[in-house]
Amino acid sequence: MYPFNYHRPGSLADAVKLAGADEAKIMAGGMTLLPTMKQRLAAPSDIVDLNGLGLSGITVAAGKVTIGAMTRHADVAGSAELKKAIPALAELAGMIGDPMVRHRGTIGGSVANDDPAADYPSACLALGATIVTNMREIAADDFFVGLFETALQPGEIITKIIFPVPEKANYQKFRNPASRYAIVGVFVAKFAAGVRVAVTGAGSGGVFRQTDFEVALGKDFSAKAIEGIAQSADCLNSDIHADAAYRAHLIGVMARRAVDAAK
Amino acid sequence: MSGTGIGARVLRKEDFRFITGKGQFTDDVNRYGQAHAVFLRSPHAHAEILGIKLDAARAMPGVIDIFTGDDLAADKIGGLICGWMIHSKDGTPMKAGAHPALAQGKVRYVGDHVAVIIAETQAQARDAMERIVVDYKVLKPGVSMADAVKSGAPVLHEVAPDNTVYNWALGDEAATQAAFAKAAHVTKLDLVNNRLVPNPMEPRAAVGDWDSGQDAFTLYTTSQNPHVARLVLSAFIGIAPEHKLRVIAPDVGGGFGSKIFIYAEETVCVWAAKKIGRPVKWVADRTEAFLSDAHGRDHVTHAEMALDASGKILGLRVKTQANLGAYLSTFSSSVPTYLYAPLLSGQYDIPAIYVEVDGLYTNTAPVDAYRGAGRPEATFVIERMVEVAAREVKQDPAEFRRRNFVRQFPHQTPVIMCYDAGDYDAALTKALEMSDYKNIGARKAESAKKGLLRGIGFSAYIEACGIAPSAAVGSLGAGVGLWESAEVRVNPVGTVEILTGSHSHGQGHETTFAQLVSERLGISIDNVSIVHGDTDKVQMGMGTYGSRSGAVGMSAISKALDKIEAKAKKVAGFVLEASPDDIEFKDGKFSVRGTDKEIDFASVALQAYIAHKFNGQELEPGLKESAFWDPTNFTFPAGVHICELEIDPATGVTRIDRWTAVDDFGNVINPMIVEGQVHGGIAQGVGQALLEGAVYDSSGQLVTASYMDYSMPRAGDLPSYDVGMTQTACPSNPLGIKGCGEAGAIAAPPAVMNAITDAIGHEGIAMPATPLALWRAIQKTAPRAAAE
Amino acid sequence: MASVTLNVNGKSVTRGVDARTLLVEFLREHMRLTGTHVGCDTTQCGCCTVHVNGEAMKSCTLLAVAVDGATITTIEGLAKGQDLHPMQAAFREHHGLQCGFCTPGMIMSAVDMVRRKGTDLDDKTIREELEGNICRCTGYHNIVKAIHYGAEAMGKTGTAAE
Ligand SMILES: Cc1cc2nc3c(=O)[nH]c(=O)nc-3n(C[C@H](O)[C@H](O)[C@H](O)COP(=O)(O)OP(=O)(O)OC[C@H]3O[C@@H](n4cnc5c(N)ncnc54)[C@H](O)[C@@H]3O)c2cc1C
Ligand code: FES
Ligand code: FES
Repeated sequence: MYPFNYHRPGSLADAVKLAGADEAKIMAGGMTLLPTMKQRLAAPSDIVDLNGLGLSGITVAAGKVTIGAMTRHADVAGSAELKKAIPALAELAGMIGDPMVRHRGTIGGSVANDDPAADYPSACLALGATIVTNMREIAADDFFVGLFETALQPGEIITKIIFPVPEKANYQKFRNPASRYAIVGVFVAKFAAGVRVAVTGAGSGGVFRQTDFEVALGKDFSAKAIEGIAQSADCLNSDIHADAAYRAHLIGVMARRAVDAAK
Repeated sequence: MSGTGIGARVLRKEDFRFITGKGQFTDDVNRYGQAHAVFLRSPHAHAEILGIKLDAARAMPGVIDIFTGDDLAADKIGGLICGWMIHSKDGTPMKAGAHPALAQGKVRYVGDHVAVIIAETQAQARDAMERIVVDYKVLKPGVSMADAVKSGAPVLHEVAPDNTVYNWALGDEAATQAAFAKAAHVTKLDLVNNRLVPNPMEPRAAVGDWDSGQDAFTLYTTSQNPHVARLVLSAFIGIAPEHKLRVIAPDVGGGFGSKIFIYAEETVCVWAAKKIGRPVKWVADRTEAFLSDAHGRDHVTHAEMALDASGKILGLRVKTQANLGAYLSTFSSSVPTYLYAPLLSGQYDIPAIYVEVDGLYTNTAPVDAYRGAGRPEATFVIERMVEVAAREVKQDPAEFRRRNFVRQFPHQTPVIMCYDAGDYDAALTKALEMSDYKNIGARKAESAKKGLLRGIGFSAYIEACGIAPSAAVGSLGAGVGLWESAEVRVNPVGTVEILTGSHSHGQGHETTFAQLVSERLGISIDNVSIVHGDTDKVQMGMGTYGSRSGAVGMSAISKALDKIEAKAKKVAGFVLEASPDDIEFKDGKFSVRGTDKEIDFASVALQAYIAHKFNGQELEPGLKESAFWDPTNFTFPAGVHICELEIDPATGVTRIDRWTAVDDFGNVINPMIVEGQVHGGIAQGVGQALLEGAVYDSSGQLVTASYMDYSMPRAGDLPSYDVGMTQTACPSNPLGIKGCGEAGAIAAPPAVMNAITDAIGHEGIAMPATPLALWRAIQKTAPRAAAE
Repeated sequence: MASVTLNVNGKSVTRGVDARTLLVEFLREHMRLTGTHVGCDTTQCGCCTVHVNGEAMKSCTLLAVAVDGATITTIEGLAKGQDLHPMQAAFREHHGLQCGFCTPGMIMSAVDMVRRKGTDLDDKTIREELEGNICRCTGYHNIVKAIHYGAEAMGKTGTAAE
C-alpha cells in the first residue's frame, strides 16, 4: 500500500466534506478497496471511513425494504424481517464471498463499486431499487452505468437503498470456481405490474435486464415460458472460466431455475 | 508397548504448537537489525536487458542497497543448478542453459529475477522498486511447447538452438514395434497433463544472516531438504564452504515438491546479508509464488497400446513432450524421464514398452517435481489407456485390469523397475466391494431420472517411492546419492533425541519417528524428541520428497537403533555381570536369559554415561549411534481408487459422490497419519482433474496468478473419502514400509477423468474438466450414459 | 502516525502505527503474535482469520486504525492457559491439521461457525461455511470431522454459549 491519511468522520456532513478532496476515497467494509490498495492498484491520498456514521440497519414498511448503506452482508443475510419480506435478497447476501467477508463488506460498498461480477447490482436492478445518496435519489435503472461505473459523482455517498417488495423473487448464482464471484447471476422478481429479470456476471457492460425473458414471464411466470428464448452471446464476457456462448447458455439455465424457485 | 508403538493411531506430538499459534515458520523468524528484500521481476516473457537505472531508486527513503546480476557475477556467485544429468538417445548430454540468480543480460519468463532492493521496511523496498527503470528489448516469446519447437522459434538459450533440452528414450523400440505388428486391436489416445502451481499455503521465505566475527552464514528458509540446499549453495553456487554455512528449515507450511529446489531468492538473501552487513529477510506474496515457484506437470502425450484378441496387453508406445519452463530447476530434468517412464508399466504385465520424451524450454516459469513427480503423469497415461482400451474391446474396466495384472513377484518390467511385492487383485476386490460396484447400473439409472449423468472411473496406480538406491540413481545421472542419515542420542536419563536428515512439513515425523523409537526401546513417545531441519544439528541428510521419509529415513533410524541396542546390551552385560550374548532386550528391559536379573533402559543409559561398571578400554562410554541407510530398491506402493460422480449436463458442473481408496503401503506406522496423507493427495489430484490449471496467454503473461483466477480446491468442492488398506510388506527395508505421501495425487486424476468420460460417453475432454470444458464436451456428442 | 488501542486476547495495547498498517501486521510485527498467518494477497485463503468484537474477519484486509477500540481474539488467545479450547482439541483429536499453516485461521473460523450456526453441524454446512479458508494439505476430510466434533464439544462444555 501507498501511504495515505485516515479519517473517521462522525457525521455525514463531515464525511462528504472529506470525501470531496481530490484523491480521497470512501471506505466502507474495505473488502474491495483494501485488496486493490494492497496490490498498489489504487493510491488514494485520504481514506474516509464511513464506519462512524451509523448508516446501517434494515426496516420493512409499506411494501418497501430500506437497507442502510453500511449494513453488512452478514446482517442482510441474517435479517429475520428481510427473510419474510424478500427472502431472495437475504439469500443473495448469504452467497457473497465467505463468512469473514460478509462480516465486513457492506451493501453500499458493493453497489457503489458496481463490479460486473458482483451480486447486489442484479437485485437492485431486478427489484427496481432506489439508491439514496447524500444528494439525491437514483433509480437503479439509471444508477448502473458500466463496468465499475455508476451515476455517483465524486464524493457522493450512498446512505441507503430502498427495495420494493415483490410478490415472488429468486436469485440463482453460478460461481466462478476460482474467485467465487458470479460467472452468471440471474435475479428474477415478479411484481403485480410485471416481471423484472437482471443478469450479473455476464455482460461486458456490467449488470443488465433481460427484457425478452421479462415479457415472456409477464405473460406466463413459468420456466417453460422462457425455454425457447435464446440469449444472444453478443456483448457477453469471455474469459478462461467461461466464454460468451457458455454464459449465454447459463443465463437461460439460471433464469429458469430462478423462476422455478421463486417465492 | 502401551499404544504408542508401530501401528498405533497416536495423536500428533507436533500439533500443540500449531493449534495454539506457536509454530515457528520462516516468516516468524526475525533477526536483530534485519532489513527487507524485494525482488524486481521481469514483466516480459522474453527480453534483453539493455540497461538498468538505479539512481532514483537508491535515493528513496530507507533504501540500503540494490543489487543486480552484475553484482553476483562480480562476487563469483554461480548460477542455480540442475542436479540430474540426462542424456539424449543419441548420447549427447542435456543442454542446460545458464541460470543466474539475478538475470544477466536477458529475462526468460514473467517473474524472472532482475534486481533485489533491500530497505529498512518491505514497503520502502517496494516504493523504491517502482523507481527502477529497466530498458528492455522485448523479444518474441515461445510460450507453448508447440510454439517453442516451431521452426524459426525464438531461442531461449544459445546452447539449445531448437529449445530442446533432450530427446530421451527408454525401452526396446524394436520389441515394441513387433508387439504392435501382431496386435488384434490398438488403442490410441492423446493426453494433456495440465500445468499446476503447487501452492503450499505457506509462501516461500528466507532470512539470510552473516556473523562477521566468524565469517559464517545462517539461512532460515522454507525448505524440504536443508542439507541439499546447503550443499548446492556451498559447492555449486559458492556462498561459503559448508562448515561456514548453516541452513535452518524451521516449521515449513507444506511443500509438495516446490520447496525442494534451490531458488534465486534464498541464494540472494544469504549472499546479500554479508554485502550489507545485516540480516536480510524476504517473504513471497502469493502472486510471487504463482510467478516463480516451480510449477508442476505440463505434458503433452500421444500413447498407443497393443492388445491381443483376448484383451491382453502386448505393448505400449508413448511419445511425450515435457515442458521444462525457461530454466532447468534443481531436479527438473529427472521428472519427465526417470521418474516418469519407468512407471508406465503400471500394475500390468506388459511385455514391451517404448517411450520417447522431449524436454523443452519455453518462456514460462521453471517446471519441476510436484507431489508425485513423474509418477502421476505415468499413471495418468497408463490408467486412461487401460480404461479406454477396455471400453474399446467392450470389457468391464475392472476385469480388464485384473486380466492384465502382474501376479508374480519379483516382476521385472521392460522399463527398469523390478516390482518386489504386491497383491493387486486384493486391492481391486476390496475396492469393488467398498464402492458397491455391482449396483452402479441402478445408481446410474437413478441419476438419469434426475437428468444427471453418473460415471464411475478406476485408477489402479503404482508408484516407485522410497527414493532411492544411490548407485542406481547415480547410474541414471543423479548428482547425489539418495540415502538417509540418522543419529540416535540417548541421554543419561534415558530420554532420546533422534537426529534425522528427513524434514517434516506436515507429515508428522515428530510422531511417527517417535513411535518407532517407542516400539524399539520400550520408552514413552514423550521421552523422544525428533531433531530435524538444521544443518548444524544434523550433519547431513537428503530431505523429504518422493515418499522417502518412512522407507528411507526411518530405516536409517532403525539401523541406528540396532547399534544402540547392541551397545546397550554390552553395557547391561557389565552391569548385570553377564555376557552380552546372554542379554535379552524386551519391552524396555534388559535381562539375563534364564534369570530374574534385569535392568531397565533408562538405567542402562545412565550406566553407559557414568561408566563405572566397565573400563574405557573394554567399552567406550556413552550411548549414541548413527547410521546411513541406502535402500537396495525402490518401494512400490500400489492400490485402486474408484471415483463416482454426477454431472449436471445443463451446467457442466461435476459433483463427486463417492471416493473409494484402497492402498497397499506395506506396513503402516500410524494409520491416522497415513489416511491424512491419502486424503490430502486425493484432494490435490481432484484439484488437477477438475479445477486447477496454470494458464499463460500468448504473450507469456500468467493469467492465473492469484486465487482470483487459479481455482484452488475448497472444502465444498470435495467429498469425504472412504479409505481402506491392504498390506504386503516391503521386502527391501527393515520396517516393511512403502510410503504414502503421494499416492492420492497419483491415483486421483485418472480416476476422475475415467469417471467423467464414462458419464459423458466419449474421450474428448482434457484436464481440468471445468464446467465450461464439460459443457462444451457434452455439446459434442449425445451422452452414451443418458442413452443407455 | 496514528495511535491505535486494541484489546488483544484480554490485554489492552496502544501503539503508534502508520495508517497503512494492516491488522495482521499489527498483530504479527508489533505484538509478535505470529500465530496469525498470511497466505494470500487477495483476501481468499483465511490463514489470517481472527475475531474482531467476536466476529471472524480477515486481518489481512482490515486497517488497524479502522478497528481502533476493538476487542481482538487471535489463535494465541483461544486456550485458557494450558486448557485447550474444545475446537483446538478437536483438531488434534481428529488430525485436522498437517503442516499447521492454515490451522489457526481454520480454528478461528470454526469457532465463529459454531457461534452462528450452532453446535450441531452437518458436513454440508461445514463445507459451505469453510468457503473462506483454504487448506492444501488435509483434503478437508479431517477438518470437517474436527469441526463437527469440536462444535459438539463446545455445546457440551458450554464454550459455545460464551
Ligand atoms: C474474498 C472475497 C470474495 C468476494 N466475493 C464476492 C461475491 O461473491 N459477490 C460479490 O458481490 N462481492 C464479493 N466480494 C466483494 C464484497 O462484496 C465487498 O464487500 C463489496 O464489493 C464492497 O463492499 P465494501 O463495503 O467492502 O466496500 P469498500 O471496499 O470499502 O468500497 C468499495 C468501493 O465503493 C466505494 N464506496 C463504499 N461505500 C460507499 C458509499 N456508501 N457510497 C459511495 N461509495 C462507496 C468505495 O469508495 C470503493 O470505491 C468479495 C470480496 C472478497 C474479498
Ligand atoms: S491472508 Fe488473509 S485471506 Fe489470505
Ligand atoms: S494443514 Fe497445511 S495448509 Fe492446512
